[in-house]
Amino acid sequence: MSTYQAPLKEMHLLLETVAPLAELCELAHFADATPDTVAAILEESAKFASEVLDPLNWPGDQEGAQHNAADNSVTTPKGFKSAYLGYRDMGGTGLPMPADMGGMGMPRSVVSLTDEMLHSSNMGFGLMPMLTQGAIEAILLAGSDTLKATYAQKMVEGIWTGTMNLTEPQAGSDLSLVKTRAEPQPDGTYKVFGTKIYITYGEHDWAENIVHLVLARLPDAPPGVKGISLLVVPKFLVNNDGSLGARNDVKCISIEHKLGIHASPTAVMQYGDAGGATGYIVGEPNRGLEYMFIMMNLARFGVGLQGVGIGERAYQHAVVYARERVQSRDVGAPREPSVPIIRHPDVRRMLMRMRAQTEAARALAMATAFALDLSEAHPDAAERARNHAFYELMVPIHKGWSTEMSQEVAYLGIQVHGGMGFVEETGAAQYYRDARITTIYEGTTAIQANDLVGRKMAREGGVTAKALIVSMREFAAELAKSQHPHLKATHARLIAGIDAVERTVEFNLGNFNSNVRACFAGSVPMVKLFGIVCGGWQLARVALEAEKRITAGHADAAFYEAKLATMRFFADTMIPEAIAAADTIVNGAEGTLAMAESAF
Amino acid sequence: MKILVPVKRVVDYNVKVRVKPDNSGVDIANVKMSMNPFCEIAIEEAVRLREKGAATEVVAVSAGVLQCQETLRNAMAIGADRAILIETDVELQPLAVAKLLKAIVDKEQPGLVILGKQAIDDDANQTGQMLAALLGWGQATFASKVEVNGNTATVTREVDGGLETISLKLPAIITTDLRLNEPRYATLPNIMKAKKKQLDNVKPAELGVDVTPRLTTLKVEEPPKRQGGVKVADVAALIDKLKNEAKVI
Repeated sequence: MSTYQAPLKEMHLLLETVAPLAELCELAHFADATPDTVAAILEESAKFASEVLDPLNWPGDQEGAQHNAADNSVTTPKGFKSAYLGYRDMGGTGLPMPADMGGMGMPRSVVSLTDEMLHSSNMGFGLMPMLTQGAIEAILLAGSDTLKATYAQKMVEGIWTGTMNLTEPQAGSDLSLVKTRAEPQPDGTYKVFGTKIYITYGEHDWAENIVHLVLARLPDAPPGVKGISLLVVPKFLVNNDGSLGARNDVKCISIEHKLGIHASPTAVMQYGDAGGATGYIVGEPNRGLEYMFIMMNLARFGVGLQGVGIGERAYQHAVVYARERVQSRDVGAPREPSVPIIRHPDVRRMLMRMRAQTEAARALAMATAFALDLSEAHPDAAERARNHAFYELMVPIHKGWSTEMSQEVAYLGIQVHGGMGFVEETGAAQYYRDARITTIYEGTTAIQANDLVGRKMAREGGVTAKALIVSMREFAAELAKSQHPHLKATHARLIAGIDAVERTVEFNLGNFNSNVRACFAGSVPMVKLFGIVCGGWQLARVALEAEKRITAGHADAAFYEAKLATMRFFADTMIPEAIAAADTIVNGAEGTLAMAESAF
Repeated sequence: MKILVPVKRVVDYNVKVRVKPDNSGVDIANVKMSMNPFCEIAIEEAVRLREKGAATEVVAVSAGVLQCQETLRNAMAIGADRAILIETDVELQPLAVAKLLKAIVDKEQPGLVILGKQAIDDDANQTGQMLAALLGWGQATFASKVEVNGNTATVTREVDGGLETISLKLPAIITTDLRLNEPRYATLPNIMKAKKKQLDNVKPAELGVDVTPRLTTLKVEEPPKRQGGVKVADVAALIDKLKNEAKVI
């Protein structure tokens, strides 16, 4: 077993390049996020992840969360509760939250890194802070002052936790089918009735109260997505003085048996079996889905970070094994003794694919986080709007691509281990199983792809996508000045990649109205194309800075040389795959849709 | 009562150090630096004493380059109330540090000084003892348990033969052993608050201390590489080797 080490040097480099912290802390909004404070926050978070969360990851997977049918309680694996209390006492839950709620108001560019550490070291644990953050955001976004003071505050402090209740058995990706009912009461509250499934940490033993955010229909609601409201339904009702009152009419009737994330209880929640669960409406009736979608971007961004996190962890685990495992001679030196497998070219190829894609996805995540931060805090409204558009465009790309690439990375992590990877005890298999959910929840890859080609591109006439192409070309012109062989090679590949992106944007815009099925048939490959090219763009920004530092005689040349080598690999190996995807996008629809449905 | 806690910035315990090519010392360029673990224990103990009401203020002090500020901020994130940096680029040896600390003690008048028993870089294990001698105070080194009652401290020490409990009058010097406590994680809000706590900067000259090194490092070398072993034919050959080659029996 390896021990997780947060890639702090890499993280700091990103905070100096694609998400420049020095610029963020100049803004009044993020004045506290100075580089030295952030360095200390990352340091302490890294320590917690390595020393507390990482050692619980494997035992948590093996033991799993248990549902107790007698009282519908859930027991989480040994050690998880005290880890959560440690996380709470450390102030982890308040890190991204506004200062007036008792949070620290750290920018997303910083929180992305601490969140990645949670998911790298223990994804089953990391889900709880992630979902609670979402629940807090929902209440802060649209909730009344009473809801904020009563519920959000406690969640910021980590005293209570939150859940997001969207899915029902008949309403998965299509939330227009939600059936859960909320009936208004004379006192202004609602009685909630229905069944919700896939509720992460819907029940657990970490905190005395759980704040459920529930999508439901009011009796007079219009059909479809315009008739869904958002309600707060606490596990225990809260008295006026803030103390806990009676148990609400909501219970966890079972938890799912899953492929991965065993430590995280995935609950089936039953509302209103005994007369109706008391709920409080968030914002206005029938606008629930709208609120949820504003938040959904953030939740999707968070799942993309899980892809990066699990990729990093699988990579670190594979490198340790590849250095230790001695097997076969070096093909280039057949008379010498056997060597560690890291010497073999194909193991090198696998490790490079793992490393390069993870680093590119992280760089893309950080560029996205930085845009989100600027979209909130920049003094100039035009800059805020520009960054917001970039963020909106990037979320489905980051979520879709980072989680898809994490499948391959975790797969290769097992492959590096050979037979030992298929054996559970080495731990490589857990990353593969845990990673699998990330392309599914918070919108499958296809949902991300639909969002990309439809809402984020065709609906706005491709304005943001075209601006993206301009930005990438501007950067490529700067990159062209470098004489470094790795960067010259990168430049050529990147130009070809940007051309491919441009070709598919034109295809999408040109066909969206006339042949929309063709656009959707190629939408998932489009996520891959954008992910790789935009990831390569961000990686190249980092590599260009690395070259500058080497030239300036930086003492840590080895670290920066590795950045350039990783860039070279990504350019020569990954970008061609993206370009191939462009062909599929433009020409693949015929074949995808040709066969008669009855022939399947 | 005020507690003074000297802390040292050292190469992080996870780092595998390398000797510089010219054998002049250990290469610490671009190496991760952290607070000496024994010093972390010292800060934790001081903060616990304050939390229990046995002390009113914890002052952290460090001597060395400007970057020692990070170490002091860390000490304040754990709970020290303020900090003092004695800034110098000169290589500091234990006696110089003890003299600097004595000057700070004279100024601050703490009732107790808690130090790490040694630093994990040079493993000198001298500063606390030298400081006690310079001040003429009592000392309890290698502490694994500390209780403060009014003007007395009862300290359990880890000695070769087991545990020794002594009582000493304050003011006094205590140096910490590994089992004294388990330092807490600095909370993230406290990391932010530490930024706003007072951090004073003084120079050795202002304290009237000459820190010129008295020892010269001639050469630093890596430990010799382990040689491959040999298989002995029988017990007699083994005993012969132990007696005549290794000369251990």
